[in-house]
Amino acid sequence: MNAAVILFPGSNREGDVVRALKAHGAPKIVWHAETELPPGTDLVVLPGGFSYGDYLRCGAIAAHAPIMAAVRAHAARGGLVLGICNGFQILVEFGLLPGVLMRNANLRFICRMQHVRVERSDTKFASQYHQGQAIKVAIAHGEGNYTADAQTIARIEGEGRVAFRYCDAHGKVTGSANPNGSTHAIAGIYSERFNVLGLMPHPENLIDPLVGGIDGRGLFASLAAAV
Amino acid sequence: MKARVVVTLRNGILDPQGKAIEGALKALHVDGIRSVRQGKIFDVELDAADRGAAEALLREACEKLLANQVVEDFQVEVS
Repeated sequence: MNAAVILFPGSNREGDVVRALKAHGAPKIVWHAETELPPGTDLVVLPGGFSYGDYLRCGAIAAHAPIMAAVRAHAARGGLVLGICNGFQILVEFGLLPGVLMRNANLRFICRMQHVRVERSDTKFASQYHQGQAIKVAIAHGEGNYTADAQTIARIEGEGRVAFRYCDAHGKVTGSANPNGSTHAIAGIYSERFNVLGLMPHPENLIDPLVGGIDGRGLFASLAAAV
Repeated sequence: MKARVVVTLRNGILDPQGKAIEGALKALHVDGIRSVRQGKIFDVELDAADRGAAEALLREACEKLLANQVVEDFQVEVS
C-alpha cells in the first residue's frame, strides 16, 4: 500500500501513523506546502496533532494548505483518505466530510482508552473487524463533540455512514460511554462513497501489545487488503 | 479603513464554554445574568475603496475562513 502522510505545522502523530503503516508498505511523509501527492498514492492520511496550534478553529487553517487541492482530487478519483483526530477536524473544515467537531461537552481535554463499536465491516477501512465488534482504542482530544444539523445527521444515519460509535467494553452505546457529548455517540464517519473516513480515536496507537493492545491494527490491515 | 467582525455560535447550538462562564459568574455572585454565549471578535484593517467594497471583502473572509457556517453566524461592522 502506498500511503502518504501529510505533515502540517503542529501535527504530532505522524510518527505513530507511519509506524502503523510500515507493516503494510513504506509510507511517505508529505509536507503541507507541496502541491502534489507522490505518484501512485493509494491512501492519504491526515494525522493527529494540533495543526497551526488549533488557532481560529481546530483544522480551519490546515484545510487551506496547498496540498489539500491534491487531497480533494485524490478523493474525487475514489482514492482513500483517512483523517485521525485533528485530521478528522481538518476534513470537516475542508468539507470532505459533513458536520463539525465542537468543544467536548464537559470542557475537558480527554486522554484515555475508550471502546468504540464498529458499525459496519463491509468497507475498505473495516473489513478486518466484524460488525458490532467493540474495539479498544485511545482518545486524546478537547474538540471531539461531533455535531451537525438534524437533516445532516438523518442523512448520515440513513446512508449508513457512521463508522464507529463510542460504547462500553461490551459494545453497548450508552450515555455514560460517550466521552465528549457527540451526537448519536458518533466517533467516526464515512463520506458518501465510503472512500473517506474521519475519526476522533487513535487506532495507530493500538498496534503493539506492549502499549495497551492491538485493536487498532485491523484498520490498517483492512486498508492494505483493499488496495 | 477599520472594521470589526463578530462571529457567534448559531442559536440552538450548544455552547459548553458559554455555559461554563455562566456558571462561573453565578459562583462569583454576579447575579441577574440569564445566559452567556461566547463568540470571537476580529479587528481588521483593510484597503477598500468604500464601505460596500469593505463589507463585501469581509463577507468573503468570513465565508472562506473566519466563520464555520455549519455552526456559526457572523456580523460585519465597518467603522
